[in-house]
Amino acid sequence: MPGEKANPKAPANVTAGKKPAKAAGVQKKAASAAAPKTQPLEMVQPAAAAAKPKPKIATVSMAGCFGCHMSLLDIDERILKLVELVEFNKSPIDDIKVFTSRCAIGLLEGGCCTDENVHNLQEFRKHCDILVSVGDCATMGGVPAMRNMITLKECLDEAYQNGPTVYNPKNLMPNDPEIPLILDRVYPCHEVVKIDYLLPGCPPSADTLYAAITALLFGEPLKLPYELIKYD
Amino acid sequence: MDETLKKAVEEICQARGNDAGAMMDIVRQVQARFRGVSEEAIDLIAAQCHVPRVDVAGVVSFYAFLSTASKGQVVIRLCDDVIDRMYGAVAIAEAFSHELGIEMGQTTPDGKITLEWAPCMGLSDQAPAALVNDVPVTHLSTDKARHLIQSLRRYMDPSRLVERLGDGNNAHELVGAMVMNNVRKVGPVIFAPLGPGEAMKKALAMSPAEVIRDVKTARLRGRGGAGFPTGIKWEFTRAAAGSKKYVLCNADEGEPGTFKDRVILTEQPDLLAEGMAIAGYAIGADEGILYLRAEYAYLRRFLEQVLQRRREAGLLGKDVCGKKGFNFDIRIQMGAGAYICGEETSLISSCEGTRGDPKNRPPFPAQKGYRGCPTVVNNVETFCCAARVLEKGAGWFAQLGSPGSAGTKLLSISGDCLRPGVYEVEFGIKLTEVLRMAGGQEAQAVVVGGPSGQIVSAADFERPICYDHLATGGSLMIFGPQRDVLEIVEHFLDFFIEESCGYCTPCRVGNVLMKERVARIRSGKGELADLGYLERLGQTIKTASRCGLGQTSPNPMLSTLRKFRSAYDSRLVQQAGPFQSAFDIQAALAQAKEVQGRASVLFSGERHHR
Amino acid sequence: MSDKTITFTIDEVEVKARPGQTIMEAADEAAIYIPRLCSLKGLSPFGACRVCTVLVNGRPQSSCTQPAAPGIVVENASERLHDIRQDIVEMLFVEGNHFCMFCEKSGNCELQAMGYRLGMMEPKYPRLWPRRELDASHPDIFIDRDRCILCARCIRASREQDGKHILGFLGRGPHKRVTPDSSDGLVQTDAAVADAAVAACPVGSLMRKRVGFGIPIGQRKYDHRPIGSDIESGAEVPDERK
Repeated sequence: MPGEKANPKAPANVTAGKKPAKAAGVQKKAASAAAPKTQPLEMVQPAAAAAKPKPKIATVSMAGCFGCHMSLLDIDERILKLVELVEFNKSPIDDIKVFTSRCAIGLLEGGCCTDENVHNLQEFRKHCDILVSVGDCATMGGVPAMRNMITLKECLDEAYQNGPTVYNPKNLMPNDPEIPLILDRVYPCHEVVKIDYLLPGCPPSADTLYAAITALLFGEPLKLPYELIKYD
Repeated sequence: MDETLKKAVEEICQARGNDAGAMMDIVRQVQARFRGVSEEAIDLIAAQCHVPRVDVAGVVSFYAFLSTASKGQVVIRLCDDVIDRMYGAVAIAEAFSHELGIEMGQTTPDGKITLEWAPCMGLSDQAPAALVNDVPVTHLSTDKARHLIQSLRRYMDPSRLVERLGDGNNAHELVGAMVMNNVRKVGPVIFAPLGPGEAMKKALAMSPAEVIRDVKTARLRGRGGAGFPTGIKWEFTRAAAGSKKYVLCNADEGEPGTFKDRVILTEQPDLLAEGMAIAGYAIGADEGILYLRAEYAYLRRFLEQVLQRRREAGLLGKDVCGKKGFNFDIRIQMGAGAYICGEETSLISSCEGTRGDPKNRPPFPAQKGYRGCPTVVNNVETFCCAARVLEKGAGWFAQLGSPGSAGTKLLSISGDCLRPGVYEVEFGIKLTEVLRMAGGQEAQAVVVGGPSGQIVSAADFERPICYDHLATGGSLMIFGPQRDVLEIVEHFLDFFIEESCGYCTPCRVGNVLMKERVARIRSGKGELADLGYLERLGQTIKTASRCGLGQTSPNPMLSTLRKFRSAYDSRLVQQAGPFQSAFDIQAALAQAKEVQGRASVLFSGERHHR
Repeated sequence: MSDKTITFTIDEVEVKARPGQTIMEAADEAAIYIPRLCSLKGLSPFGACRVCTVLVNGRPQSSCTQPAAPGIVVENASERLHDIRQDIVEMLFVEGNHFCMFCEKSGNCELQAMGYRLGMMEPKYPRLWPRRELDASHPDIFIDRDRCILCARCIRASREQDGKHILGFLGRGPHKRVTPDSSDGLVQTDAAVADAAVAACPVGSLMRKRVGFGIPIGQRKYDHRPIGSDIESGAEVPDERK
């Protein structure tokens, strides 16, 4: 309904009335989206019909603090229902290190700050139908992005050489080939690969996450109440 | 405390009655004397004029010709206009830099010479050009640039850089500039001769209401670009309450590619002065202000003399032309380098001695303008037209041009053509005809009306130049088939970013965002969705911006999206994948490689990860 | 109301205004909310943020500066204007460095609340990550320019309500910034912690020191009710500072 979202009587942003997507639209949309979407989650169709095997979810924490994963665990007893609905694939939750099958949903925590993060993100994009940036770090860089106003060299100098608490008599800079290389700044995930949905919050609340995931699974229009979308 | 500075600042302020309204003159003079308005000078001015020091600092930081840091004894401002760039301005910048051993934006260690870029200085028909202090230097080459520096090193005298005098009054002893008028086509309105007071005498024989009626009957519209009917503007101002009213002439000709007002000021200042006086008579004003852009400071002494001559002839001052009770005089207000001040309310802010921010409307200047008084603001050319309307008659004027656009228009033509210069043409002339006259038939694109206008392709060349079709305040920039349209768009966006006053969000931020995405497309990393992104962004900026700058800054991008779509399409990533085309892993790792001295194992740089 | 009452419509609802009122003032009294950031009750209209843009007889105008006039047709809550307002709010987010997750103003911030109200998940624009200077020279107040949206509420409140002039603007275009009335930091001005200027800041830019995070999450101003709800509920026209 045009204009509905601007109705001052119903300002809860996520009830916005956008056109529902066509059934086959999700995957295609994912590949063509250039800018991060800010529309509600209601456009998603069921990731799997009831009779088919359980849809799979993958998760990852990149330049983040695992807080968003903690928030997911905060859904309390609803986790039992979630486990009935889905199967986890690559995720720190089950410690599966590599994708073993295609996933319906990939949940991304953390921004992208190393070459390894970039690689990880690209793997997620290849293996997941729907990617969701979960939390402020994934959506905008978050706390790690505080370094985005200074150069990498300044940042490393402060951390390892000139900082007031640094004790580094040999003036060493960690540089083992095993250590990922750090990007010039922290990128939000959608600047590196195409992302289908964004869920801000630090972290998004358990209710927000549960509502979003179930909506994605069932393709129901998600009507998050005002209280559930927060940037902090 | 620097006693010399203190004494000088006090004198400068006292000479203007410690009036904060004269702030532009005060800071300009301090800048000229001390090559900068230091923090200390700001404190002194604030104390002397009884204004917050932050307000003085705000003014100094707003205008390009003012600075807190001390500049060189000589400042070289190289014109950064798109036309100048086409004609080699970058190579000239390199020659200057090399010769001086400094980068653009720096001052030589001995404090003698500062080198800067500056936006269009009204010399696009003799590009590349530069201002050396107030002295215009035209048709630069790298050789000339080197000689220029050698001369400055030796004499430190910009006036010695004038190799030969220009045509017309450019050769006048009070101008002495190498600038050329390049008037290629003379028309009946602006460039016809005028006997002293001829227009004014006819006007003063009528009542003010009759003068306004004639200007309305002539269907004269503003020549600066917006095209508001002049007679109606005068009528509003006349009707506005208040005994003190003002006439302001907008000679802040800043639209890149426009230089016709420079030529009027050089060749027809009397016609302009008559027009201003007639406006003063019509609206009931006794004071006119000619706001002259800082780039035209070399014309100031000449113009002052013209005004003085007119005073002596009874054409300005008390009882003008013997008309009892009609007093009118004109003073010159210098600008200090800000494109936005060509916007009429910004111009008023600047005249009032503040930052050149546009004002909220309403109230319109006709109701509350300069110092809160009803004010008419018109373009140089508009006043000239008004004078001619009164001299020759409204009917004579109205039959010139096309039905919706009476009279003639001065065009400033530059770029890829054989005969750049100023043309006085009747409204309604087709663009093809103009291109033929100027020898620019090869044009791929024509920028009509400058960066705030539109970029048209051959499909529009048969359209007429007038308010209802191809509207222009005077700028016509011609671009041949070898030019890159997106480069022009990006250049214009750089211009708007620097010249935005920063008052409102859409213009201050939006122009930066437009430029980012146009540059992305130009670099071959844009995707189809970026075109929709740009379209929406452009429309938001146009709709929501507070003044004409932001309301028009998306025009080059939006008009080329329509008329030169292939320039965008051909650069898009053709098969965009699931990864972001604009993300460049190697660029993102460049700093790490430098600091840590190793390459990425995951992204070797050879294989394209997609 | 007297016979001088002005009648006009906002989104086809008839609204009355007194002569001299702006469209926004009339809308507020009619319990119609027009989103705004630089406007604050009691301060002179400024027209800088452009969030309150409405269409008056089809022409865009800032409703905080535009006088109400008889018979005008005002469009406010349309999809087109919603999109424009969201674009503007997103511009403000990317222009500065806004880290809601650790900002003391979070939950009471009008910019953030406007993002919530307009349905912003994350700006569609790339963040610009400018490098801006912090002024912590004053013992009780700091200026965090990363969060400044250049609304001039502090500048106006200082001059119009405090009778001071502790701040002003420097520079133009993207270089425009708030600066104290001294060459040596806010401490050299007569700024005081009780100044209306400090309370007027809609974001976390001009802040009292040592009072961060005073209100628990869940009890903050915009935790449960969107910005503008008080106007829509017909309550007294709000002063966002309270």
